[in-house]
Amino acid sequence: MKALSQKRRHPLAAVALLLMGLLVTGGLYAAASSVNEAQAASAYSASDVEEGDKLFLANCATCHGMNAEGTEAGPSLIGVGAASVDFQVGTGRMPMQMQGPQAQVKPVQFDDDQIRQLSAYVASLGAGPAVPEAEYLDTTLGNSGKGGEIFRVNCAMCHNAAAAGGALTRGKFAPSLEGVDEKHIYEAMVIGPQNMPVFNDSNISPEDKRDVITFLKEIEAQGSPGGAKLGSLGPVSEGLFVWTAGLGIIIAFTIWLTSRPS
Amino acid sequence: MGDHSHGSPQESGTVAKAQDGSLDKIQDPGLPPHRARLTDTDPRAAKRAERQVAILFAISMIGTVLFFVGYFAVGHPESIAEIRLQNMLLGVGTAFAMLGIGVGIVHWARTLMPDHEIAESRHEVRTEEDRQDAEAIINTIVDESGINRRPLIRNTLIGALALAPLPGVFILRDLDLTKESAGQIVDRLRHTMWDKGVRLTRDPSGTPIKASDVQIGSAFHVIPDGLNDTEDPLNEKAKAVVLLMRLDPEDLSVSPEREDWHYNGIVAYSKICTHVGCPVALYEQHTHHLLCPCHQSTFDLTQECKVIFGPAAHALPQLPITVDDEGFLVAQSDFHEPVGPGYWERG
Repeated sequence: MKALSQKRRHPLAAVALLLMGLLVTGGLYAAASSVNEAQAASAYSASDVEEGDKLFLANCATCHGMNAEGTEAGPSLIGVGAASVDFQVGTGRMPMQMQGPQAQVKPVQFDDDQIRQLSAYVASLGAGPAVPEAEYLDTTLGNSGKGGEIFRVNCAMCHNAAAAGGALTRGKFAPSLEGVDEKHIYEAMVIGPQNMPVFNDSNISPEDKRDVITFLKEIEAQGSPGGAKLGSLGPVSEGLFVWTAGLGIIIAFTIWLTSRPS
Repeated sequence: MGDHSHGSPQESGTVAKAQDGSLDKIQDPGLPPHRARLTDTDPRAAKRAERQVAILFAISMIGTVLFFVGYFAVGHPESIAEIRLQNMLLGVGTAFAMLGIGVGIVHWARTLMPDHEIAESRHEVRTEEDRQDAEAIINTIVDESGINRRPLIRNTLIGALALAPLPGVFILRDLDLTKESAGQIVDRLRHTMWDKGVRLTRDPSGTPIKASDVQIGSAFHVIPDGLNDTEDPLNEKAKAVVLLMRLDPEDLSVSPEREDWHYNGIVAYSKICTHVGCPVALYEQHTHHLLCPCHQSTFDLTQECKVIFGPAAHALPQLPITVDDEGFLVAQSDFHEPVGPGYWERG
């Protein structure tokens, strides 16, 4: 007994307890949120639509109109489907902070329940792409080699071969795909947000989309195959680096070569 | 200072008017006195410099060893982490191997090799003597190389020099458009695999596309049916790739002769930029701009891919399309003009 009580006063006992507590709560939270996700994919109830309508009137109707019919400031949302709402609101692009070349990612303003309710309301206005099923987001089932091929043909021209993003015209840009949620990558392909073209299921099948997501997650996890990536932007950042650092080193060497030794 | 006049070469130095107006020459200060280096005067410093040079050369050796560790010990990398390790060893090893020698030799020369100062005076250009000097140098080279005494070496060298440019000439022979075959080359540039009834298929899988599959706002990357079975798919692909997009037919302004080239707002344009042939594939869904990633040429899809920005010279060629009886998209004919950048015979 005495030994035990002494052990309990071990200076690391508090740390161990804290870690255990964190693990337990974190595990519970993860389990709870995955249950929530499973619910999100299920059908929407009438109360979801009702709550979504209220949220819509309070937060979205200014630009999209009282019945989502669209105004000068924002497009109609009839028929854009739940996937559009889940993507735009789930990544924080909507509600838009300001009118600009394109909506920017910012902290998400709604919780998962509210996003589901908003999606339910917009989905009730007209048929459109739904939030993807979990099986099409499971990267363990995807083939990253095939996904890479599809990505290079369809996506790499805007999003860059390493998915680091790239510039478009007049301030618009294709964002980097690093750290983007699997669900949001899938939804973006289906709905074509902002100026991205639509890649519907008859162009890139759901399984192919899963392959693309698998490829993206794989290159993200792998990191650079050698040296500093310099943002994976290709000749822009590499050229800048060579012109400044590389030539700087050469100039330093010439100064050293021609100076008088002491 | 007063006003300057030009000093003659014999009286080099700046010429300035002195106070009383007479010309005064400034004395040539000559070379500054020779300053001995620390390593010349202090044997310990010389020893230290010697050690430093040796250390630099040793670093170079370690670098070479690192390279071979990366090459052989890592061997055939399995994972990305191993590839990263191998690349690092190869790169860092080679860098130290080269830098160690370079920095070491320079340090050696600066600290330990004799540092006489040599000044060569300027002299006027003396054509005759200079020519003789040059001849003497050339003669020395000829004499020392023994090229006259060893005709075997001389003749084989002449042979080698004569043959060496031939590969370049041979590879670039197609640029000679004066021959008979020039017509064939121009023909190759003028025609693609597209023809009446050739189905539009997805790149890279080669599956045909139903018109009903193409949604407004979508973009399909297209290759002609059967491309993957041709003898030289990459060359054919480089001419025949097409970008297929669908937009609201009301957004299109169609010229009279192209009325039936699109199908319900589905349009197909060559993906080869008319500037230098990069793939124009960045499609902005709402502005309907097609953008080339290399030099930012921008084409307006609503105005039949007219150039609205950038270095491209003419609009992207449009592929006339329609549907066959099964509902698949097919080409009506080949492009009506050559795809890609301009060339002399394009006409």
